[in-house]
Amino acid sequence: MSQFNAFVQKEFYHIFRDKRTLLIILGMPIVQMLLFGFAMNMEVTHIRTAVFDPSPDQSTTQITRRIEANPYFDVVGQVHSEEEVNNLMRQGAIDLAVIYESGFHRNIVHSGEAQIQFIADASDPNRGTVATNYVTGILAGYQQEMMQLQTIPFHINPETRMLYNPQMESAYLFVPGIMGLILMIICTMMTSVSIVREQEQGTMEVLLASPLKPVTVLMAKTIPYTVLSAINVASILLLSFFVLNVPIRGNFLLLLFVCLLYILLSLTLGLLISTLVKKQLDAVLVSGIGLMMPTLVLSGMIFPIGNMPLVLQWSSYFVPARWFITAVRKIMIEGQGIMTVLPEIGILLGMTVFLAVLSILNTKKRLA
Amino acid sequence: MNVIEVSELTKKFGSFTAVDHISFDVKEGEIFGFLGANGAGKTTAIQMLCGISNPTSGKGTVAGYDIFKENEQIKHNIGYMSQKFSLYEDLKVWENIRLFAGIYGMNDKEIKENTRRLLKQLDFESERDTMVASLPLGWKQKLAFSIAIFHTPKIVFLDEPTGGVDPTARRQFWEMILDAAYKGITVFVTTHYMDEAEYCDRVSIMVDGRIDALDTPHNLKQQSQAQNMDEVFRKLARKAKRIN
Repeated sequence: MSQFNAFVQKEFYHIFRDKRTLLIILGMPIVQMLLFGFAMNMEVTHIRTAVFDPSPDQSTTQITRRIEANPYFDVVGQVHSEEEVNNLMRQGAIDLAVIYESGFHRNIVHSGEAQIQFIADASDPNRGTVATNYVTGILAGYQQEMMQLQTIPFHINPETRMLYNPQMESAYLFVPGIMGLILMIICTMMTSVSIVREQEQGTMEVLLASPLKPVTVLMAKTIPYTVLSAINVASILLLSFFVLNVPIRGNFLLLLFVCLLYILLSLTLGLLISTLVKKQLDAVLVSGIGLMMPTLVLSGMIFPIGNMPLVLQWSSYFVPARWFITAVRKIMIEGQGIMTVLPEIGILLGMTVFLAVLSILNTKKRLA
Repeated sequence: MNVIEVSELTKKFGSFTAVDHISFDVKEGEIFGFLGANGAGKTTAIQMLCGISNPTSGKGTVAGYDIFKENEQIKHNIGYMSQKFSLYEDLKVWENIRLFAGIYGMNDKEIKENTRRLLKQLDFESERDTMVASLPLGWKQKLAFSIAIFHTPKIVFLDEPTGGVDPTARRQFWEMILDAAYKGITVFVTTHYMDEAEYCDRVSIMVDGRIDALDTPHNLKQQSQAQNMDEVFRKLARKAKRIN
């Protein structure tokens, strides 16, 4: 029996003395519970609403007041044209627009009917549906109350428009997310593993003693993965366009540029990781598992960032995938142009430069 | 003519002095043995000479080039074989040869010619397309050495080239070294096998980062009144404080 005990004890030693793997085994469930628990808030709240009321009267102001009073809605202001509505939608400043027809109350009194329009941002189909359902419910509540007070029956017809995603396809939501996740994992992990492998194999020393410049080695290492990632981007886009019917509404070249920039960022991150770890296993753990969790949860690919507690929202600013996914959604789904994605491009560029500088500093420190 | 000249070369890692003010010269065509126990500082010293790491202080020239300022030129004129035999396991024999030959600037024609000649010399022709991973250790060692001198450098640095190989293979390997020296390549070899020291023209013994002895094996044996290099080493290494 002691033979068995001795062996079990040895196995425990293996686990406890490998601090990094231990951290993952014991720490990951905790981190996951917390992240998913707090980040996963599919409730639709803070529905930013704009109201277009061409001729405000007792009915329209009442309905608007009820919307304002409802805790799910954040009425951000009144607008004065349909064009303003479209602009605000495009900028992502509002989730819902309520548009009354002219002479709303007069129409109710004279013809018993009035039109109201709800326009929702359906890039996130869940949010879009829930928002329109809530507001339709508020409208119905108003109608019912009024009908009980007045003797004349009337009917308010809501017309609902789902912008950007009329068929409410959830593929629109996750295709940019998948691109972000896959590119990051492949580029970062493969690059870091490749560099660390040279060190582990002992061939790095020989390369360093040879006339090969370190820059040459690094560029040569990243090129195959750039090519492979380009192929991946192509296959994802092809599949999503032809099989899942996700549109590519914006400038295709702009989309490719953003993808390329993100690939560059991921490669540089892989580079940085290779300067921090010594074993291939660690490279895989850090860049595969270590990166996957935050990217999945905080990038906005599955869980809406707006619903997360503030701490997590701020954390998501540091997740490169978040900016990539935002930019891709704007270009692919909303058909926006380069001006709207300039902030995202700037941030991705800045992150890449920052990571590159860190990597170079680390490498210099190693050699000295 | 000296191909290596080193003066007060030092390498510190924080408060730990790995290489402690060593000074020595290596003559052209010599087989210079850089001996010492594990942890004495041999690998660190060799890394400084090859331009892999920067010295903390001291001066040195390799193949006539300054180790601080003319790193690039040094690298073109040396060959290096690391402790782990420095071959790519998932590349074929000829692919490894071509890779390193290309890195050292040989053109395709030269590479093809010399590869053919090398494979014939080593009796390796049948293994041309074999993955290095499938080669036995002794053959990897011979191949690694041949690749290190493929571009006929002035000096070849060998870091513990015979680790883990059986005595017969070691002896064959040293025949290759003697052959290279005969052709005019200076050989700078570190080892902790004292019997191999007998093959060297001159030998230095590192203890705790310093060079405690430097002379021909013959003279060292006489001075220490020892029968062989093993005894010489043991008498010197007894003073060592660094145990690895």
